[in-house]
Amino acid sequence: MSDAPGVTFQGEATIGGKALFAPLSLTLDAGRWTCLLGGSGVGKTTVLRLLAELPTGANFNGTIQATDTHAVADRVAYMAQSDLLLPWATVEKNIALGARLRGQAADTDRLEQLLERCGLHDHVGKRPAELSGGQRQRVALARTLMEDKPIILLDEPFSALDAQTRVAMQDLAAELLEGRTVLVVTHDPGEAARLGHAIHVMTPLGLTPCVPPAAPVPRAVDAIETLTCQSNLLRLLMEKSA
Amino acid sequence: MKLFPPIAATFFALIVWQLIVTLTGVQKFILPGPGLVVEAWWQNRSVIAEHALVTLKEILIGMAIGCTLGIATALQLATSKTARTLVQPILVFTQSLPVFALAPMLTLWLGFGLWSKIAMAVLIIYFPVTSAFFDGLMRTPPGFLDLAKTMQANPRYVLWHIRVPAALPSLGAGVRLAAVYAPIGAVIGEWVGASRGLGALMIMSNGRAKTDLMFAAMLTLGVLSVLLYVCVAKLTRRLGDRET
Repeated sequence: MSDAPGVTFQGEATIGGKALFAPLSLTLDAGRWTCLLGGSGVGKTTVLRLLAELPTGANFNGTIQATDTHAVADRVAYMAQSDLLLPWATVEKNIALGARLRGQAADTDRLEQLLERCGLHDHVGKRPAELSGGQRQRVALARTLMEDKPIILLDEPFSALDAQTRVAMQDLAAELLEGRTVLVVTHDPGEAARLGHAIHVMTPLGLTPCVPPAAPVPRAVDAIETLTCQSNLLRLLMEKSA
Repeated sequence: MKLFPPIAATFFALIVWQLIVTLTGVQKFILPGPGLVVEAWWQNRSVIAEHALVTLKEILIGMAIGCTLGIATALQLATSKTARTLVQPILVFTQSLPVFALAPMLTLWLGFGLWSKIAMAVLIIYFPVTSAFFDGLMRTPPGFLDLAKTMQANPRYVLWHIRVPAALPSLGAGVRLAAVYAPIGAVIGEWVGASRGLGALMIMSNGRAKTDLMFAAMLTLGVLSVLLYVCVAKLTRRLGDRET
């Protein structure tokens, strides 16, 4: 992986002439986790999809730049709430999907290493239907890492999981994605409080930056600063949306 | 036990059939009872088998050609916008033409032999196979395509590794429809002009007032179609979880 760049996002988006989000400016610090927290429909997923140059149905007027001036979209790996595993392919083939879609041979050493680190060794030949929700999301994470991109875009990646699996996945992701520039879009204040080096609350009025706890990520779920941050974020969400 | 309901239903239908014949006293050249039909079937079993084999051959070759053409067309349409704009209207237009009207022409062009019947079967199944597979190819879950885009995928490999496997259940549905339509196509072709095949046997026995033999031929065609459908259904259900 090349050195992870920082990314700046500036602009506004409209759908059918109506504003989806007002002009906003978001900076993803190089090699850090930025959390974009907000309720449904405020356009946070649109921000993430614009960064990846995925279809959004919105009109975007603004700029997206990396600090090293190279293009952003071809240096991102993307992980969504739905694991997007191909149901007919095995765990191994799902993880190595990117190489197959580019007509390249998969890096087998890297694949082995990721299987090990994501605890998937016993499931290599299984199909997604044979796995639990947490296991499937681990496969999706391994697939994201297999791409070895410096910028990682996570769109509510753990919101479909049960509470204890979600915490375990957050720990694993924080460990494995260290050193990359990560944007997490989430509606869970607890997730933002645990993972964000920087936290922005997104509401129809715009972005509000929040000071994250000082502890390194992933922060302990039961640490008092994490919980205080979580409740502050929740209060901010409620105030700004009212 | 899953076999029991259809067998029971068949028996019930046979009893009703026999009752109608017995109660109305209808003459056997107008409507023979099931007993007579079975008797006619047994007496003519080798003749029927000979004709059935001809029809089966037409159906199978027709299915193979029709499905291949349908799959190729769907792939072409799914990958090329130009092809969609040019071919799709023609495809729908040709579907609105009654294939029955074409049957005599096919005989004229391809002769009384096997090929005019195969062409008929191909014509009748081409559209359902094309249309079902094409729909499947155009309805790839958008999340998969998003993922592929962030992976800088090559469209050719996206087609092969994602769009085609995701569309296989739809193709399966199309091929199952084809298994139902292909026998009809072959028999229409035989009606118009043939000396062999179950359709030809029906026309001949009808002309000689051998209604029982006509029914026997018809039932044979029905059984053949059901068997074909069951085999195709078994094969295509596996398409859904095939590995690529």
